[in-house]
Amino acid sequence: MSGIRVLVGTRKGAFVLTADGKRKQWDVSGPHFAGWEIYHMKGSPADPDRLYASQTSGWFGQVIQRSCDGGKTWETPGGGVTIEPGQMPKGESNKFVYDATPATGKPLTTHQWYDGTQHPWEFKRVWHLEPSLTDPDTVYAGVEDAGLFRTSDGGKTWQELAGLRGHGTGASWQPGAGGMCLHTILLDPSDPKRLFIAISAAGAFRTDDAGKTWRPINRGLRSQYIPDPNAEVGHCVHRIALHRSRPKVLFMQKHWDVMRSEDAGESWHEVSGNLPTDFGFVIDVHAHEPDTIYVVPIKSDSEHYPPEGKLRVYRSRTGGDEWEALTKGLPQRDCYVNVLRDAMAVDSLDSCGVYFGTTGGQVYMSADAGDSWSPIVRDLPAVLSVEVQTLR
Amino acid sequence: MIRVILPVHLRTLAHVGAEVALDVPGQATPRAVLDALETRYPMLRGTIRDHVTQQRRPFLRFFACERDLSHEPVDAPLPDAVASGAEPLLILGAIAGG
Repeated sequence: MSGIRVLVGTRKGAFVLTADGKRKQWDVSGPHFAGWEIYHMKGSPADPDRLYASQTSGWFGQVIQRSCDGGKTWETPGGGVTIEPGQMPKGESNKFVYDATPATGKPLTTHQWYDGTQHPWEFKRVWHLEPSLTDPDTVYAGVEDAGLFRTSDGGKTWQELAGLRGHGTGASWQPGAGGMCLHTILLDPSDPKRLFIAISAAGAFRTDDAGKTWRPINRGLRSQYIPDPNAEVGHCVHRIALHRSRPKVLFMQKHWDVMRSEDAGESWHEVSGNLPTDFGFVIDVHAHEPDTIYVVPIKSDSEHYPPEGKLRVYRSRTGGDEWEALTKGLPQRDCYVNVLRDAMAVDSLDSCGVYFGTTGGQVYMSADAGDSWSPIVRDLPAVLSVEVQTLR
Repeated sequence: MIRVILPVHLRTLAHVGAEVALDVPGQATPRAVLDALETRYPMLRGTIRDHVTQQRRPFLRFFACERDLSHEPVDAPLPDAVASGAEPLLILGAIAGG
């Protein structure tokens, strides 16, 4: 019997929503880590009961949580109570320290600040956790200020892949309004050495050697809000997505513009087409149709809510350019929520399920690839992230 | 034994009640108490003071015996009443909301 587990991170805790393969009746578990911001939770593709969560607080900093039983119980990896007298404290699972050794690249000490001056790199939080496709103990973490970390011991310790910050453009990276965050990590299922990441507001980057060296992949992006609209870096990429059967084709929701690349990011072209606005945060791909993609258009960079107060998911079955509004079951008046960049996901049941969460606390799902929608929950805290596990 | 009162969220994280009691070797100072606290409860490392700089996190303060100790030197002795366990050391978070 198949089942679905939806992992929801919110401003005030984590929630786990579960259903059988019919996706009709949902159990809601939570809040876990009540009162803390949960930027992201994700399960390991290699072991669906292994979950990781990024728990953060302006008061207490970053905590990494891990579950080995599908979210029933959680632990801070390597951070358990020290019982034996004289035992050395662990507690390294919360420790994200930028690499400062010249041996691993060219680590930088400053990046560009809002006013153009240089500013020290300061760790703030983990935005995104991406477990390895093959090893439950290996996870990548995208952090603010932008950097990429990896654990290979199940979250007990984290090491920076310093070649990203050190590849040469780091000093010109600049925070967006939400901070300078590394928010997207895509693992190429056909090539374990290839990763894509995206940073606001620097752009997209790719490594082909498992994270040792990196380069920007932003050719074709055009951003009117930066001094050089065609710059190599400085673009506010909000999210990128790929289909595992065709990992060289990338889709991007940029600050403005929906973009597509046919060649693993070497070049991009715009596919905003007939969208009512091409501003937005999320973008995702149908589980079985690599040219079916979803976005949620948002009115503008200064008005983060759907145009006309109508919450509409837009679907393209042609890989972009031609879009249709999906409205059945979604509020079509007086709706002024946002859908944040990590708050959409799909399941892989035969009829692809699509899920997204809003800053108004609703988690909507569609069991028919977006044709119709219904809320699983309506009144959670503001949703920061949604991930879906298909359990078989 | 030194008594320490933690903010609610750190009690949850460490799976403890409102107050913890710690054996602190040597002189009772803020640094010694935090060292003992983090040794006993490693999941609290980084949540009260920065992992690298060891500076108190900006939204937290330390109080004892109706005194604000937040800006005292971390190696200064704590009040006798704290060292003897008569009074707790309070770790407080800034008030949230508005």
